[in-house]
Amino acid sequence: MNKTLTVSSSPHITSNESVSRIMLDVIIALVPAAIAAVYFFGWRSALVIAVSVLSSVAAEAIYQKLMKKPITIKDFSAVVTGILLAYNLPPTIPLWIVVIGAVIAIVLVKQIFGGIGQNFMNPALAARAILLAAWPVEMTNWQSPVIDGVSAATSSATSSATVDGISSATSGATPLAILKSGGVWAELPPLWDVFIGKIGGCIGEISALALLIGAAYLLIRRVISWRIPITFIATVGLLTWIFGNDGLFTGHGLYHIFSGGLILGAFFMATDYPTSPVTPKGQIIMGIGCGIITTVIRLVGGYPGGVSYSILIMNVATPLIERYTRPRIYGEVRGNA
Amino acid sequence: MGFKLFSFKGGVNPPDNKHFTENKPIETANVPSLVYIPLQQHIGAPCEPLVKPGDHVKLGQMIGQQRGFVSAPVHSSVSGIVKFVTPLRAPQGDKIMTVVIENDGLDTLDESIKPKDVDNLSIQDIKRIILDAGIVGLGGATFPTHVKLSPPAEKEIDYVILNGAECEPYLTSDYRLMIEEPDKIISGLKIIMKVLDAKFGYIGIEDNKPEAISSMEKAASNESNIQVVSLKTKYPQGSEKQLIQAITGRKVPSGGLPADVGVEVNNVATAAKIYEAVETGMPLIERVVTVSGKGIKEPKNLRVRIGTLFSDLIEQCGGFSCEPSKVVAGGPMTGIAQHSLEVPVTKGVAGILALSPEETKDEEVWPCIRCGKCIEVCPINLMPLSISAYSLKGDFDTCREYNALDCIECGCCSYICPSKRPLVQSIVVAKNEIIAKEKSNISNKDK
Repeated sequence: MNKTLTVSSSPHITSNESVSRIMLDVIIALVPAAIAAVYFFGWRSALVIAVSVLSSVAAEAIYQKLMKKPITIKDFSAVVTGILLAYNLPPTIPLWIVVIGAVIAIVLVKQIFGGIGQNFMNPALAARAILLAAWPVEMTNWQSPVIDGVSAATSSATSSATVDGISSATSGATPLAILKSGGVWAELPPLWDVFIGKIGGCIGEISALALLIGAAYLLIRRVISWRIPITFIATVGLLTWIFGNDGLFTGHGLYHIFSGGLILGAFFMATDYPTSPVTPKGQIIMGIGCGIITTVIRLVGGYPGGVSYSILIMNVATPLIERYTRPRIYGEVRGNA
Repeated sequence: MGFKLFSFKGGVNPPDNKHFTENKPIETANVPSLVYIPLQQHIGAPCEPLVKPGDHVKLGQMIGQQRGFVSAPVHSSVSGIVKFVTPLRAPQGDKIMTVVIENDGLDTLDESIKPKDVDNLSIQDIKRIILDAGIVGLGGATFPTHVKLSPPAEKEIDYVILNGAECEPYLTSDYRLMIEEPDKIISGLKIIMKVLDAKFGYIGIEDNKPEAISSMEKAASNESNIQVVSLKTKYPQGSEKQLIQAITGRKVPSGGLPADVGVEVNNVATAAKIYEAVETGMPLIERVVTVSGKGIKEPKNLRVRIGTLFSDLIEQCGGFSCEPSKVVAGGPMTGIAQHSLEVPVTKGVAGILALSPEETKDEEVWPCIRCGKCIEVCPINLMPLSISAYSLKGDFDTCREYNALDCIECGCCSYICPSKRPLVQSIVVAKNEIIAKEKSNISNKDK
């Protein structure tokens, strides 16, 4: 028998974990939100998602080919970025903007800095922030939910030229916009609608229910830890409840939790591995930090939604957080450096 | 200060794959016509050869003299004629001076092998017997046992722990020993407790070995100060620090030894050998080896004479059932991959595994995605991804800041890594570099 034995270092067995398996788990977890988007917004959402995914994968493959690097699209990480980018865009977004967003996310934020594991900011969120600054009108063109196949006639008329994005409640303004303008309880859509997704907003953020199903899957599969999402959401809920429009402890904590990109951001974006702390204590600090910044932006800042910026800010703070939260090693002797 | 968890933080749960051999009673392997006995089978200085080609040796005769305190002698495992004394490859990977003996098949016992009267031996006598018998840690670490049983005078030992965890997958040699020879193990434990003047003895066994637990409990039933402890099955429960904490709640400090918290740990097979050496005078010339893996036709637990070649034993187990991807000496998490089957079984070889391609890891390596799973599983709470990254860049000083020297080399980090990165390998490189630099700093200071 021709015996060529492999000689390499221990361990000689490894677990079933792999990068592609993790990415596939994330894709599976994001499917319920896609279903909700199509249900409430129509088939254009699916088109946006498809274009985003294809552009992301193509951008990565082309970049890697041009730079003569190994092509790694089979790890599915570009697919995940494509989906998450689409989830942060309104369903009416022109497709050419989607393509630009994908190129920004994959090439500018991820590949140029070293590829998978090396991005310093969440690629989808960084791309969204750039798109928002470059095309604010298209990026805030909200559509009210499509019910019985008939969309509200005034949907396109509600596009706002100003950053405030305030419109009347019947034409598809997002709940956050209403809250920002000091809206009273009566003007807000029912909390149940907000929970299941029958509201205006970005493709992937509307249905808290769909996202929570996906999040539960990720927690069970041990793809993400509870630390960042739970502390993030709890901080927002608590602070927005305490600092209500009508005085202390009158805030719409639950509305804040289920509106905007909080559930999407807390479970799927803030937990992105390279841009969040690897240390347990660090993760809690990130969750609380994101929560505070989100609350400040939502309540006091000029923009209704604060999740994206809070995550981007905590992303760049991550290396510092990690350095100061190194775990205590087993049997650590006090007094040693 | 801590509390008994009967477990520890971190660790991984690889499939234990003990079903290949757990129900196979220990068989005595055929004694080969040639044995190859390396003069270093222990931690510490290699032995001085006491024989030369042409000499006639007897079974159990000392053929290698220990050098220095941390060392152990080596004995012939057959009677016959010495053919060569030459450097040959050993399972550790290096070439080591080896005594090659042609077996005359007679097993003539050396005259020094005589039973002793256990009850009338002093502690010094017992330690002398253990030293002369060449007994080293049979769990695989091969630390000279007489050194372990001589802690500094100021360190009082209250507890002796026997390590019956056998947490490595596939290996069942300790398991079968606990089922088949529990009395020897208990007697060995009592001798150890006498030498160390310890109050209590514990035997830690993982709970995936219920038969071994009940067998040892029965053997210990008349001993008021010996207790069998069942531990949650998780790798590496058999690691010394984790074992001590699981049973006693005490944490060995970083950079410290078990004696610092009043505990000593020995492997169950070592305890049995201590008893044999004291009772019959027989030195360490054989051990139990698990030959297993999907690549072996008839996996077995074999009692093997030291110096038997791997190829001999694999043949005795029916040969390969498929083309193996790797042959490993030891367990799959910490064992050493072999590139030749013509290496001898030494005192530290607890298993010979022929792993099929589907059992071994994929060698393709991906970039680190910073998922942090390595931190979650590290029993010492290190940050393997960071130490590895600095090691690969050659920045060993930063590795030291990240406590690379505390790594117990269990392999949990590499096991769990989704990118299949060689984490523990790069950490071990860092450790070696740090220690080498320290040694050269010390010798430079002396100049």
